[in-house]
Amino acid sequence: MKADIQELERTASQIRRDIVRMVHGCQSGHPGGSLGCTEFFTALYFSVMNHDPKFNMDAVGEDIFFLSNGHISPVFYSTLAHAGYFDKTELATFRKLNSRLQGHPTTHEHLPGIRIASGSLGQGLSVAIGAALTKKLNGDKSLVFTLHGDGEIQEGQIWEAAMFAPHNQVDNLISTIDVNGQQIDGPTKQVLSLGDLHAKWVAFGWDVLEMKGNDMADVVKTLELAKSRTGQGKPIMILMHTEMGYGVDFMVGSHKWHGVAPNNEQLQLALGQLEETLGDY
Amino acid sequence: MKKYTYTEKKDTRSGFGAGLLEAGRKNDQVVALCADLIGSLKMNDFIKEFPERFVQIGIAEANMMGIAAGMTIGGKIPFTGTFANFSTGRVYDQIRQSIAYSNKNVKICASHAGLTLGEDGATHQILEDIGLMKMLPGMTVINTCDYNQTKAATLAIAEYEGPVYLRFGRPVVPIFTDPDQKFEIGKAWMVNEGADVSIFATGHLVWQAILAGEILAEQGIDAEIINIHTIKPLDAAAVLKSVAKTGCVVTAEEHNRLGGLGDSIAQVLATNNPAPQEYIAVDDSFGESGTPEQLMTKYGLDAEHIVLAAKKVLERKQNAVFSI
Repeated sequence: MKADIQELERTASQIRRDIVRMVHGCQSGHPGGSLGCTEFFTALYFSVMNHDPKFNMDAVGEDIFFLSNGHISPVFYSTLAHAGYFDKTELATFRKLNSRLQGHPTTHEHLPGIRIASGSLGQGLSVAIGAALTKKLNGDKSLVFTLHGDGEIQEGQIWEAAMFAPHNQVDNLISTIDVNGQQIDGPTKQVLSLGDLHAKWVAFGWDVLEMKGNDMADVVKTLELAKSRTGQGKPIMILMHTEMGYGVDFMVGSHKWHGVAPNNEQLQLALGQLEETLGDY
Repeated sequence: MKKYTYTEKKDTRSGFGAGLLEAGRKNDQVVALCADLIGSLKMNDFIKEFPERFVQIGIAEANMMGIAAGMTIGGKIPFTGTFANFSTGRVYDQIRQSIAYSNKNVKICASHAGLTLGEDGATHQILEDIGLMKMLPGMTVINTCDYNQTKAATLAIAEYEGPVYLRFGRPVVPIFTDPDQKFEIGKAWMVNEGADVSIFATGHLVWQAILAGEILAEQGIDAEIINIHTIKPLDAAAVLKSVAKTGCVVTAEEHNRLGGLGDSIAQVLATNNPAPQEYIAVDDSFGESGTPEQLMTKYGLDAEHIVLAAKKVLERKQNAVFSI
């Protein structure tokens, strides 16, 4: 399928509107990373992945996505809603009492589209490897995708998984790290340097790609390239260079919007920069 | 006192190995994962027969728990294997988020639990694992007493849908339960009916409770002995029925006295039918190096200590009656 980049960008604009409105609506949540990864989610769910919004936990014959850095749940929820997993009106319940849209994604409330709880960082790569192993055992040729924050890979479990996947030729796995260079306490370079990420993943035995995460055409092209390189004995890692808060000029590029909600005035400023394309929830 | 005899001793972990092989034969969705302890967990026979259904993880237990959780998506029934310490404390958050909270059908199978791990010492002798696991919502917690029961429990949890913690041990111990038993999760086993004192025991302490029951019988004390193999969900009805008859309780476990079987039973009694209770458990300390027998004696986890506890709790019951 040839992706219509303009159409994907229109969808991304609506998802960005949803993100700032959701976080404003409950005055909590994580807008920065959500805005930075919007192209990625849009490309995955509206172009790259073969998936069924009727949702079956076992996902036989379907591609699976795991969000490991669960705090960017707003972009995940909005994407799932627009992809048809649940009605977009439910986005208004985000982080509120009795909602299926918990602060961090969970299977506990049975929200369609979620296959594992995430939030405590560093666990999603292992889970994805497990799902990928089961697909191989079942003779299921579909793929497993993941997303991680760059700060998240400071967790040791990531490197246990990084060592396991190449050794076991888990080559039906396409992982992505959101390299925005920011974490809660500041730039990753100041908090705990990640070093040469490309060289590190290559050294662990992964097939490593790079992409411009806020360039829809490049995201689609790179994810398709990654798909074409599956089944060749290596897991694939995409280093996705993004700007935290992308799309809203006063949020972009700063860790200060990692986990802060906009006030009324800031909400209007942000929405003025994001076109309503598919209708607000 | 009902007579229990044995002709053979075996380790409970071998019961797990035999059960895993049989579970694998019964259901091709059963898969096994191990973190560099195949021999200790007795997984060799399963691996020989089903090499493609075994995953060697290496020394990376957190990764093992995550992989196990992921493997359930698509229908597999993963059995993880490592020592109890590395099955619980080391990976608590992975179990909490990726398995328990996510309600994944993972069977966490833990060998070398408690003091009877022996000479390796306290770094490996976890005495807190039952407490850690029973506090997780939705987690089933089982501690088996001999080879046959462990094998039966392994088969039973393969057929049960939901996360399970199965705890067993390293040393050879008498085989005294029925080889053809049907293991019912959450159902206590009446070892010996009695009228004077209820002894609730789990794991390696069940055989010690039987030995204690024989000594007590010789002294004219009629002990009711009940095996609580499933600590969660606890068979509260069996506990209350027994204590309604006897009016006093001894609990026996190879675990810290904080957070184990004793506390689970105390909670049921305190909220329904309070009764005097004595704990046979490790008194809030770490273990140490030694042979299993030496350690169980030093830390008070043997038949002689159960006898003393039974007499003490009987005295407390009688004093309570007189004081009314």
